[in-house]
Amino acid sequence: MSVETQRAAEIAADSKTARWKYLEQIRRNPGPFTNPEAVEEEFLAQFERFKILGAGGLGCEILKNLAMSKFKDIHVIDMDTIDISNLNRQFLFRKSDVGKFKAEVAAKFVEKRVKGVKITAHNKRIQDFDDEFYKQFQLVICGLDSIEARRWINAMLVSIAEESEDPDGVKPLIDGGTEGFKGQARVIFPSFTSCIECQLDMHAPRAAVPLCTIASIPRQPEHCVEWAHVIAWEQEKPFPTLDKDDPEHVTWIYQKALKRAEEFNIPGISYALTQGTIKNIIPAIASTNAIIAAACCNEAFKIATTTATCLGFENNYMMYSGNDSIYTYTFKHEKKEDCPVCGREARPLEVDPNMTLQDLLDSFAVRPEAQLKKPSIRAEGKTLYMQVPQSLEEQTRPNLSKSLNELGLENGQEVVVTDPAFPLEFNFYFKFKAEGS
Amino acid sequence: MTEALEQTPLIPRGPSDKEKKYDRQLRLWAASGQAALESANLLLINSGAGTAGVETLKNLVLPGIGKFTIADDAVVQDVDLGVNFFLDESCLGKSRAQCCTELLLELNPEVDGVWNSTDSASLQQLLDASEAFTMIIYSLPLQPGMLEAIEAYGRQHRTPLVAIHSVGFYSYFRITLPGTFPIVDTHPDETATTDLRLLAPWPELSAFSNEMTKDIDNLDHHEHGHLPMVVILLHYLDVWKQEHDGAYPTSYEEKTEFRQLISNATRRDNPEGGEENFDEAFAAVMKHVSLPPVPSSLKQVFDYEHKDEQESKSSFWIIAEALKQFYTEHQCLPVTGSLPDMKAQSSVYIKLQNVYKDKARQDVNDVLARVHKLSGGENIRLAEVELFCKNARFIKLINTTGDAPPSMTEIIELELGRDEIAAIAGPEVPTSLIPIYLALSASSHASAASADEIITAVCQKAPALEGNERLTQVAQELSRAAGGELHNISAVIGGMVAQEVIKIITNQYVPIENTCIFDGIESRCQVLRL
Repeated sequence: MSVETQRAAEIAADSKTARWKYLEQIRRNPGPFTNPEAVEEEFLAQFERFKILGAGGLGCEILKNLAMSKFKDIHVIDMDTIDISNLNRQFLFRKSDVGKFKAEVAAKFVEKRVKGVKITAHNKRIQDFDDEFYKQFQLVICGLDSIEARRWINAMLVSIAEESEDPDGVKPLIDGGTEGFKGQARVIFPSFTSCIECQLDMHAPRAAVPLCTIASIPRQPEHCVEWAHVIAWEQEKPFPTLDKDDPEHVTWIYQKALKRAEEFNIPGISYALTQGTIKNIIPAIASTNAIIAAACCNEAFKIATTTATCLGFENNYMMYSGNDSIYTYTFKHEKKEDCPVCGREARPLEVDPNMTLQDLLDSFAVRPEAQLKKPSIRAEGKTLYMQVPQSLEEQTRPNLSKSLNELGLENGQEVVVTDPAFPLEFNFYFKFKAEGS
Repeated sequence: MTEALEQTPLIPRGPSDKEKKYDRQLRLWAASGQAALESANLLLINSGAGTAGVETLKNLVLPGIGKFTIADDAVVQDVDLGVNFFLDESCLGKSRAQCCTELLLELNPEVDGVWNSTDSASLQQLLDASEAFTMIIYSLPLQPGMLEAIEAYGRQHRTPLVAIHSVGFYSYFRITLPGTFPIVDTHPDETATTDLRLLAPWPELSAFSNEMTKDIDNLDHHEHGHLPMVVILLHYLDVWKQEHDGAYPTSYEEKTEFRQLISNATRRDNPEGGEENFDEAFAAVMKHVSLPPVPSSLKQVFDYEHKDEQESKSSFWIIAEALKQFYTEHQCLPVTGSLPDMKAQSSVYIKLQNVYKDKARQDVNDVLARVHKLSGGENIRLAEVELFCKNARFIKLINTTGDAPPSMTEIIELELGRDEIAAIAGPEVPTSLIPIYLALSASSHASAASADEIITAVCQKAPALEGNERLTQVAQELSRAAGGELHNISAVIGGMVAQEVIKIITNQYVPIENTCIFDGIESRCQVLRL
């Protein structure tokens, strides 16, 4: 090596050290909340190899924050393409990027801006990967926008943790979500601490409007939109399949809803309301996403470096609200022993023995503790109803109209419920309601 | 949100490109909030590592703030690249203000941004030469002399100021408002806003209800099962009154008894074996069979004494005066006009909704007439009075002048007292974050200090903290960061400051009063009035 190149290499090394001065200051000088091992050379070196996975709508913020936390090997999963309505907050995207894959554009941008970080983009759904894929990471951090996706990744990481013999199998899951000026960040140590399934009742599904209201007695603008969306669309089929992002399709629904609203003298229909209702749009702003994503990445940094106490084993959940002043509530959500994912006990299911199997299956969609849309159910030694395969579906269909009594099911009966959306079984036991209550 | 959605255009039209881009935020602060943001002019005076300030601006450029200026005399160094995302290697050796401005402007072509390599000597020049700033954000530590210039500008131009300080895992920001800050559009939870006036029905509402229920027992199942919950309650309240010498059910026991009356009136011999509308009425008794009290926040508005002549002439205070007159005369607030959804025939529900809306309009016109009679109220628009009446119960005053915050000594005493309770109560009661604020403020003019230096400086101002274990920990934790920012912490605080700036500029939602402390180790905040 010549003197010049050696000198250049030294300058480069110096500038690299200088770049991370503030962060290294924290990593190398233990404070009152630092794990003593944090400053051992071996541990410090491990951080350089830390492999981390990010996913979901907070992706831009998460990638920026992870790269600025000196994580070097980051993967990102997102199947979405960029929409114009993302530009008010997903700050790595420009108008010219509309239509491109989010994961790809975001990864390229951050790799270019922050030297030395490697970001691998996957333009896919999280459900497209198996346990072998997820096992390569040490930590997963996500801001997914659907509860289904959250439950799926949670179940995946819990099953990896439970099957694993050594502590490396426990891959902390950090989850963030926002709505308007509010949000939450939580940390899960799969199989050890309260998991997303344990906390499912924090996301109770919205009460659906009864179909008869939509069909015959609308009172609100949303009822008219739902009528146009569900009933008029089915009858008239103006386009082969409904694309809720296609302005032409939304306009069709909007105009139908407007006509129906005029008929019933219902005020308040607009394009924005139509789109908001059919897509179930949740307001989202840059500042709230910044708060929640950074709170999540701060936890990832603390877990990976042990430079300070992280959320997880004691407090594990932070709620944030900025509507009325600023309010945070940081608390410990307890693990549930009867959690279908990380618990070991079957859960009680209060049922009326006279209800039909169909009613029971329908109720799984709205019970806050279940929220299953396509349930199949079996009791010990007895298949009650299966959605797939078709032959089994046909064979078990007659059971749907029978009552639980007629099917010979008893109080205390254990049943297993499955749903194609989740890679797990839900164990329940029947608790019969007393007559007349 | 409702205003944005209620503007039904005559000709169906899709959204413009701008409405599409801003759709997710227009659902929060509507076109009026957006217009306020777009006409705002912000100044960021940056220092230290400067990340928190730039992260704040990022969150304001994206939603489309009108214009920003960055004043910062630093030249970009390697260390900046490890903490500030809005710089890259090509920026080394250049003006940090310039580089951050350029990279921030990429985020939104609709935003204007300029930069200035201001030091303490030229800050005054910048302040004098620029068009009026809507708000000034500055990050600590500042060069000596700068703070005085900023505060003087704030007083003179009545400009809200925000100070940010972020070091290691700790951070705080503090807002200085120029005077009492009233908010009308506070966006309360929708469930809190319902006011059905069941115990004070006006003649049209009573007539509507009586007409529907005059033959209630002979209605067929369909009609009986579609009586709106409001009508059911009004009818049985009349029945109750007749049996109770004209008195309404008020105590918990009476309401429980009244609820039983509703339950008994529910038909169960129909094919459904019950009635949804009666179930709704049953469920509404505890919440809606009551006179909503005038909340203390509105009383504060009514009883407010102006210290400032100029302030009392604003439209807010003129409408407040008219509303007070209305309340004094009628002993109730204007009807809001909103009616929650309830089981009913479409046409009946719409008629009932119009009974509420007509009354709301009448009340607004009553208040408007009073507004017009007050000096300075001649030109106040109907829309403003409407919003005021609709939100009357949720109007709030922030930073009321004349009601001075307690002294730091008193606050510390109070907070330490709470900590003693927390120590007994266990982890459910969080400890005070005031040591973080004090430790950060003790180093607001110097970037690095030893733990002992921090403790000594804090205890000079707050002797009560002498020997406090929590302060020792905080000082040690702060000291090890040597004045450096951690990106995540500055990003959290940058998000919070941006939310607050939006709330102040749009005059919607409720800003903090006035200091927010963030502990990135325990992941929680505390808001204190200091």
